[in-house]
Amino acid sequence: MPDQPFLRLDWIVDNLDEIGFRTLQHLEITAIAMVIGFALSMVLALLARRWRVLRGPTIGISGMLYAIPSLAAFGLLIPFTGLSLLTAEIAMVSYTLLILIRNILAGLDGIAPEVLEAADGMGLTAGQRLRRVELPLALPVIIAGLRIATVTTIGLVTVTSFIGEGGLGYFILNVGISRFFPTAIYVGALLSVALAVAADLLFVWLQRALTPWSRARITV
Amino acid sequence: MDFLARAAAWFADPMHWVGDDGIPIRVLEHVALSGVSLLVGLLIALPIGLYIGHTGRGALVAVSVSNIGRAVPSFGVLGMALPLTLWLQQQLDFRAGGVGVLPTFIALALLAIPPIVTNAYTGLREVDRDLVEAARGMGMTGGQLLRGVELPLAMPIILAGLRTSTVQVIATATLGAVFGAGGLGRYIIDGLATREYEQVFAGAVMVGLLSILTELAFLWFQRRAQPVIEPRRQTGAAAA
Repeated sequence: MPDQPFLRLDWIVDNLDEIGFRTLQHLEITAIAMVIGFALSMVLALLARRWRVLRGPTIGISGMLYAIPSLAAFGLLIPFTGLSLLTAEIAMVSYTLLILIRNILAGLDGIAPEVLEAADGMGLTAGQRLRRVELPLALPVIIAGLRIATVTTIGLVTVTSFIGEGGLGYFILNVGISRFFPTAIYVGALLSVALAVAADLLFVWLQRALTPWSRARITV
Repeated sequence: MDFLARAAAWFADPMHWVGDDGIPIRVLEHVALSGVSLLVGLLIALPIGLYIGHTGRGALVAVSVSNIGRAVPSFGVLGMALPLTLWLQQQLDFRAGGVGVLPTFIALALLAIPPIVTNAYTGLREVDRDLVEAARGMGMTGGQLLRGVELPLAMPIILAGLRTSTVQVIATATLGAVFGAGGLGRYIIDGLATREYEQVFAGAVMVGLLSILTELAFLWFQRRAQPVIEPRRQTGAAAA
């Protein structure tokens, strides 16, 4: 290690295929977690809105899950779901819940009561009101939640390398730390940062594209 | 639930409670490593955050630190601390006993910084400008203003930042076991290597408990910090 150059460019060039493959795997694990996490959060948030008593427990339990370190979450799941993608995804999904549920609720709570009364007065059913009025108005805050959750998840996916998944974490753990090869650590960590920044920008753009009416007031 | 019985048996085994790799020592290592790293991170981050919040200078630094802190994965910071440690040891000609706990410590201290800087800055900025003006008008110096007005009012937000840092440091300390540092992560990482999943599970239970207890302790502490401020503000308003 002392005689190695700071960055072994030749290793990067030789391993471009593997780097591409691991980057895609990283995106795949993240995307699955985000899609399932968002669907689950939407259902839980709507239930918590429908029945107010559920609100405290929903936030409380997702806060508890969020506090459990990812490696511990894997350790708790392995006896039941093994060293698998499923174990990784259950943990990743559980970390999206707190941020997403909180933002969905905040977005829906932030709508002016007059707007809802107007919607009711126009004769919209509860479902129509939700789809046409409430969700579009809550969208900026919901997307802000998706943005934070996605950036967080991209970072956490690196830890799934401990159970044989990992995406870019494979380079940090299995190549970099295990074989004392710093170049692989830099590649894994910096590409993960690049993905996080790209996701961040994507959501900023998405928010502008989907809610052209709220361009002036972006919150959270 | 055969497995849970075996995990319970692991905890019941008296051998797991004694010696250098016994549960009490591992818990102590985890808490000590997290605590020292947090303290160092706090000593670096708090003055920076307070300076930026108090003077309003360098707000861009505070915002950038928080954005970078969110985008850089904690495991990436931990990984990059390894070559950094080796480089430092080479410069200082100090390499007694391998890398040991040093890369984990460096990574944890670095990870503790962003939330504390961000929240100290935000906390001070959110103090009512009228109060700051009033304090200045009463002839308070910058230091008096900071200690007497800004810090107490910003305390709940600063504590929230410390809580975020603490939870992240405890979580990453678990991963630090890859470098041979001690702590509860040892049970998980060693158990994964030797496929002793009862031990992995037991380690995970302890790490999870430690994290949740820390979170609850902060919630309690934050709630206690709040009322100290509220009545004072109210009496102040009543007197006026």
